[in-house]
Amino acid sequence: MNVAPFEGIGASVKRKEDLRFLSGRGHYTDDINRPNQTYAMILRSPHAHAAIARIDTAAAAAMPGVVAVFTGADMPSIGGLPCGWQIHSKDGSPMQEPPHPVLAQGKVRFVGDAVAVVIAESKSQARDAAEAIDVDYTVLPAVASTEAAIAKGAPEVHDGVAGNICYDWHIGDPAVNAAAFVGAHKVVEFELVNNRLIPNAMEPRSAIGDFDPTTDEHTLYTTSQNPHVIRLLMGAFVLQIPEHKLRVVAPDVGGGFGSKIFHYAEEAIVTWAAARVHRPVKWTADRNESFMTDAHGRDHVTKARLALDANGKFLALHVTTLANMGAYLSTFAPSVPTYLYATLLAGVYTTPTVYAEVKAVFTNTVPVDAYRGAGRPEATFLLERLVDVAAREMGIDKVALRRRNFIPADAFPYQTPVALQYDSGNYQATLDQALVTADWAGFETRRAAAKARGRLRGIGISTYVEACGIAPSAVVGALGARAGLYEVGTIRVHPTGSVTVLTGTHSHGQGHETTFAQLVTEQLGVPIAQVDIVHGDTAKVPFGMGSYGSRSLAVGGSAMVKAMDKIVLKARKIAAHLLEASLDDVEFDPRAGAFRVAGTDKQKTWGEITLTAYVPHNYPIEELEPGLEETAFYDPKNFTYPGGCHICEVEIEPETGHVQLVNFTAVDDIGRVINPMIVEGQVQGGVAQGIGQALLEGCVYDADGQLLSGSFMDYTMPRADDLAPVSVATHTTLCTHNPLGVKGCGEVGAIGSPPAVINAVVDALKDYGVRHIEMPATPAKVWSIINAGLRLAAE
Amino acid sequence: MPQVTLTVNGKTSTVEVEGRTLLVELLREKLRLTGTHVGCDTSQCGACVVHMNGESVKACTTLALQADGASITTIEGLAKADGTLHPMQEAFREYHALQCGFCTPGMVMSAIDLVQKHPEGLSEKEIREGLEGNLCRCTGYHNIVKAIDAAQAVMHGKAASIAPATV
Ligand code: FES
Ligand code: FES
Repeated sequence: MNVAPFEGIGASVKRKEDLRFLSGRGHYTDDINRPNQTYAMILRSPHAHAAIARIDTAAAAAMPGVVAVFTGADMPSIGGLPCGWQIHSKDGSPMQEPPHPVLAQGKVRFVGDAVAVVIAESKSQARDAAEAIDVDYTVLPAVASTEAAIAKGAPEVHDGVAGNICYDWHIGDPAVNAAAFVGAHKVVEFELVNNRLIPNAMEPRSAIGDFDPTTDEHTLYTTSQNPHVIRLLMGAFVLQIPEHKLRVVAPDVGGGFGSKIFHYAEEAIVTWAAARVHRPVKWTADRNESFMTDAHGRDHVTKARLALDANGKFLALHVTTLANMGAYLSTFAPSVPTYLYATLLAGVYTTPTVYAEVKAVFTNTVPVDAYRGAGRPEATFLLERLVDVAAREMGIDKVALRRRNFIPADAFPYQTPVALQYDSGNYQATLDQALVTADWAGFETRRAAAKARGRLRGIGISTYVEACGIAPSAVVGALGARAGLYEVGTIRVHPTGSVTVLTGTHSHGQGHETTFAQLVTEQLGVPIAQVDIVHGDTAKVPFGMGSYGSRSLAVGGSAMVKAMDKIVLKARKIAAHLLEASLDDVEFDPRAGAFRVAGTDKQKTWGEITLTAYVPHNYPIEELEPGLEETAFYDPKNFTYPGGCHICEVEIEPETGHVQLVNFTAVDDIGRVINPMIVEGQVQGGVAQGIGQALLEGCVYDADGQLLSGSFMDYTMPRADDLAPVSVATHTTLCTHNPLGVKGCGEVGAIGSPPAVINAVVDALKDYGVRHIEMPATPAKVWSIINAGLRLAAE
Repeated sequence: MPQVTLTVNGKTSTVEVEGRTLLVELLREKLRLTGTHVGCDTSQCGACVVHMNGESVKACTTLALQADGASITTIEGLAKADGTLHPMQEAFREYHALQCGFCTPGMVMSAIDLVQKHPEGLSEKEIREGLEGNLCRCTGYHNIVKAIDAAQAVMHGKAASIAPATV
């Protein structure tokens, strides 16, 4: 079997999955309908905080088509939604972990909290009946922001959680850090907000519960990035269904960005209710439910101090952050502002001491958890704004100041003062390449030309590192993870040589069906047309931890490589037998699809070997089992560390304050690139979300906890004409500890870009004495700065 | 219950609906044409766009009753019977203009209507403005814009086939 080399690693192969998506044959959860299905509608709290005295469901239950109405009182034995990561406070005490009921038990704690569920013959009947439920609420005072939550005398979101503090955590050595500030030439102090975001994957969440009373088997179809994790959490902690009786299927999923990692109440409700009513139960979110129930992202308030010597060398960094957890702990929420944030605060710099203190706070808002980048965008935004401010206040060129503090390219592996050990990188190279691509040197000419047109032009830079493929299991376990973070791959070679790959990762836009098939082509020589990637079904895939944190290729791909190593070894043994040669002499050439005896022309084709594995007439049956299928569990040795440089150029229209993006350059080191086309698309999409955060998006609650930005009319999503072409390039240093040398590309765009944009906006406004502008830099904010004397004095 | 008779992708059906039934519900739930998606409840996202009598409409904002007697084309009806893709579908694949695929059907239907309404040709800026009613959270739109540009050349007979992408 001859393999066209362009299908392997490094080829921009067109995506295998596109044909079904382009023909309307995608298979998303809401496209599934089970025979005799019912529809669930969830009644949600209109109040941010209220006690429930009574729920009267009688009228609703009597409405046409209603099959059942359930409230929290019907679920006394149902466990709460579990949290998958436990943080310990400075004093050693475990974080506060109040119960997270599936349906409200006596109290609601955010607008959108689930109160009751109606199950009916049609969606509209369920909706009508939900409106007929009478809930007697006593409204309680609410806290909507972290500042309000920690204020003296603030209302308690959970009884007994004093001061609404979930945990008060730190990392680094406070004494060493404090000492490093003493006698510093300069200390730059800075305060900023990382704005709260609403993920808004275009596919709303959906879940279908199904129960087969003849086998006692439950099936949940759900919009999830990690079906095995949902099976584990929901089965073991919420509904007490053993794994072998619970199947979770996550079919095509229309974008996740983190928001579909978590185990949500609706998944448990439909699974539980289907067994109660003995009919399938389907729930699909309206977009307004997405806004008020999908876990939100970011929401930090941070103060930082950076000490520098006279030459601009960073001496010490001290950071204190308030992080919003929302009303309950979502699945991985506690890890985000700690191990995914504070551990990145050394950034790409040699700062010898970093000390970070993080208080996580409950508020009467939607739970906050990982959203594309999760913690790393917050760290990068802080650092890259701080470095720009320091450069300006020290009178040092901002690029020069970065270079002066970069971790040198020959210093890897590099141990940071905040736990991480970066294995590889070359920040000078990505910077140099980006400066050339963006024509940094020619900027002042462009600025002058813009000025002549009445426009304020600015340029901004960000140099970043992030951490992906969080691992190894033993380390994350020690840090509080209640799960392992390995990945599983099974390679099933069929008798005629085609291949089915079972992977525990999940694709919801990333193109795994193509990229992973390219790995198989590269290693086994099978054309991608003869490779199928199966994911998203616990009944088919042995196990897995799913897709998030840019882990799929680095961890899941590595598991596949390990499994393919076993396949090749076994195939060589079969070939050695057929060729009457010793194993050591048999080589496999995947490009030729042939097993050869070294130095001879004796060979067997891939197809001959795969057929022999299943038709073992002439076979070393005493030493080798028939068949050709192998599984590998891969537990990485370390995180991977993508990094790079983003440069943004904007023009501001002074009359309106409108910020127009004119150029964006990304040069990222994501390790080895498997499919450049897909990588470019991932970076462009991530940058668009970062630009959205910087210029357009912001979740707004009023002081009483009402969600004001609760629809696409109120929450500004990036549209085509808000964005400009993004130039994407890569510069590769290989990851040193996984077999592919890959690092991950899903989040770099969203991590590197926001500070580049805001640095550009501040640069454009440099004549107006602006030190900082909070995200999103809306026209109203920018206009106010330019006009009305609202100029923030440079301190 | 009122009845609606409509032709979808060349096939005529008569369906019972409620007065409040939306065209997108009729397509997805009665006719099981699930290629047309629902991404919002405020007529903002464009995931639901289909062609009604040759023009794009948001099927989430059109009552099924309004489609009585109409001819509807959905994403399922775009490719030829032999499987040949519409140039817009082909261009989306060539330019990697889709990731999760959820916005894609509406995006493709909107793009076709946009190009058809502008035989004079669209600039990049005009394409971006023309996509005002369609949200995509995955791609950052850049490749969608490139795909539409490549498709308009074929749709207006200025090129025989979709120009190959360079990445
Ligand atoms: S579903 Fe969003 S516009 Fe129709
Ligand atoms: S491809 Fe996912 S929303 Fe557009």
